[in-house]
Amino acid sequence: MSSTTNTPTHHTSTIGAIGAPSRRNTELALLLFAVAIPVFAYANVGLAIDDKVPAGLLSYGLGLGLLAGVGHLAVRKFAPYADPLLLPLATLLNGLGLVAIWRLDQSALLRQIGVAGGKATNQLLYTALGITLFVVVLIFLKDHRALQRYTYISMVGALVLLLLPLVPGLGANVYGAKIWIHVGSFTIQPGEFAKIVLAIFFAGYLMVKRDALALASRRFMGLYLPRGRDLGPIIVVWMISILILVFETDLGTSLLFFGMFVIMLYVATERTSWIVFGLLMSAAGAVGVASFEPHIQTRVQAWLDPMREYKLSQAGSHDGILHSEQAMQALWAFGSGGTLGTGWGQGHSELIRFAANSDFILATFGEELGLAGIMAILLIYGLIVERGVRTALAARDPFGKLLAIGLSGAFALQVFVVAGGVMGLIPLTGMTMPFLAYGGSSVIANWALIGILIRISDTARRPAPTPAGNPDAEMTQVVRPGAAGPVE
Amino acid sequence: MSELTLTVMRLGFLAVLWLFVIVAVQVIRSDLFGTRVTQRGSRREAGRPQQAARQQAAPPQQRQQAGGGRQRRNAPSKLVVSEGTLTGTTVALQGQTITLGRAHDSTIVLDDDYASSRHARIYPDRDGQWIVEDLGSTNGTYLDRSRLTTPTPIPLGAPIRIGKTVIELRK
Repeated sequence: MSSTTNTPTHHTSTIGAIGAPSRRNTELALLLFAVAIPVFAYANVGLAIDDKVPAGLLSYGLGLGLLAGVGHLAVRKFAPYADPLLLPLATLLNGLGLVAIWRLDQSALLRQIGVAGGKATNQLLYTALGITLFVVVLIFLKDHRALQRYTYISMVGALVLLLLPLVPGLGANVYGAKIWIHVGSFTIQPGEFAKIVLAIFFAGYLMVKRDALALASRRFMGLYLPRGRDLGPIIVVWMISILILVFETDLGTSLLFFGMFVIMLYVATERTSWIVFGLLMSAAGAVGVASFEPHIQTRVQAWLDPMREYKLSQAGSHDGILHSEQAMQALWAFGSGGTLGTGWGQGHSELIRFAANSDFILATFGEELGLAGIMAILLIYGLIVERGVRTALAARDPFGKLLAIGLSGAFALQVFVVAGGVMGLIPLTGMTMPFLAYGGSSVIANWALIGILIRISDTARRPAPTPAGNPDAEMTQVVRPGAAGPVE
Repeated sequence: MSELTLTVMRLGFLAVLWLFVIVAVQVIRSDLFGTRVTQRGSRREAGRPQQAARQQAAPPQQRQQAGGGRQRRNAPSKLVVSEGTLTGTTVALQGQTITLGRAHDSTIVLDDDYASSRHARIYPDRDGQWIVEDLGSTNGTYLDRSRLTTPTPIPLGAPIRIGKTVIELRK
């Protein structure tokens, strides 16, 4: 009450945030929009292919809407101050992915070779599992700092997840990359989950060690050179990612983990030298491994000269190496899309055979939505990453900061590695576009990732608790007449 | 389906997709430019009294007002605690409001059993004259020997008594 008293003589000002701290209604509006867009696309595909609104429109629309609604209610209940954009953005990407997979299901050619047909239903099921995990994360992860307790367990867990595909009888070699495991009739990509677990480990580890890594260094040519023994962790992570590259022959997974570590190291220590070291080490590692690993060599060949690989593959070259025509086909798909695309359902992306709805789904988008559509989709990914970084900036505890930056960094790297691979910027890898591509592990893991980000952003944006009134107000002693008071 | 309809749908879809991106960016804008300055002279913020009391730094323009132009010849430049546990403490007078009390967010936190949490405040009026006002304290605020009932201008060197603490304004 005190000095807020209105006096004409005294002007002070308060600086406060605009708008209510909780922005759940904004989120709901955006979410409705995010569900409406895939429904529109779905109708569009049906009209373009069969000349009629597809029969499943209502059930798909309701299914996606229901899942989004469950997610929204969970956020409203368990994370009321969370970022309003993360959920709608992820929902839109997931919905667009569902439409593209359903569109590829309609292709007779793909059904014939068994990569399409009924996949959209599966994907909807995976999405439901993903949203369930998202809700579970929100319910049980009351405070993201609880994860800090599991720093070293996370390290072990991540290593186990990364090594699982190498276990004989469990791992599966899918088109040259050993990043899958078989469990019953399912295949799981443990790397997708390892991404999250590893971010927890890096965040917990770097939070403790960042001062040593940041301060103990010598300056040389404008760069802070870390001491030899402080190089230990980065070398260990580098070795592990090289081992992944050698034994699982997957450039993407390897790049993702090493890149995530370098990003978090940079954020934790504010030293540019770590980025320089990281780039040098990953370049050296990639070149070194590519010099003797045939699978990586083909990927690099296909990247440098996609046309030659395409011809070799068409000619049925039998030199013992699987030549891939996909890199060239993806480029053709993007090319035939042009600026505005051919329109939903009117492209020929089924010509990219076996990975059309997983690794190469971006080529379908490129062909049917054109440059304009791809740019919008990449921007949506960018916005998710931006919200993650924003969350990291707003987070008040160092662990939350590092975890948020690690998760959004991993997400960004994955998008870069896949999009870059499909578009011919870097050699192709066996990773999937988050949310868009067909694949249970990817969808489920990425919903969990969004769940953790939402939890951190809820903590970060929650207004500081108002201090309890004046507990000492009643303790003021009253001067009694007659008693020895301070005022005589 | 006619070519025209499909073309309209194709372009319409891209437009809707971009509209979504633009709407999302609009939502972000409120985060980027998410602060506003409220003039507290005009309205009470009943819900957040503690923030008001915490206000210690005056906005720059106000500081200038007090510092230049209206500066009087005999204007006090500091507040000195002359009796009580804080004896010897001085606070420079720079046009800001000074709150006194046992509350932790007071400018001068009094460790005094006879002081209230928000006991009194001292502020400059428009002419740079310093005013002391009792904030409904339990034991009252005394200027010289008279108990304050209204905001009162403080003469230079006059003792202001709050519980066992005495403060005065000096040049």
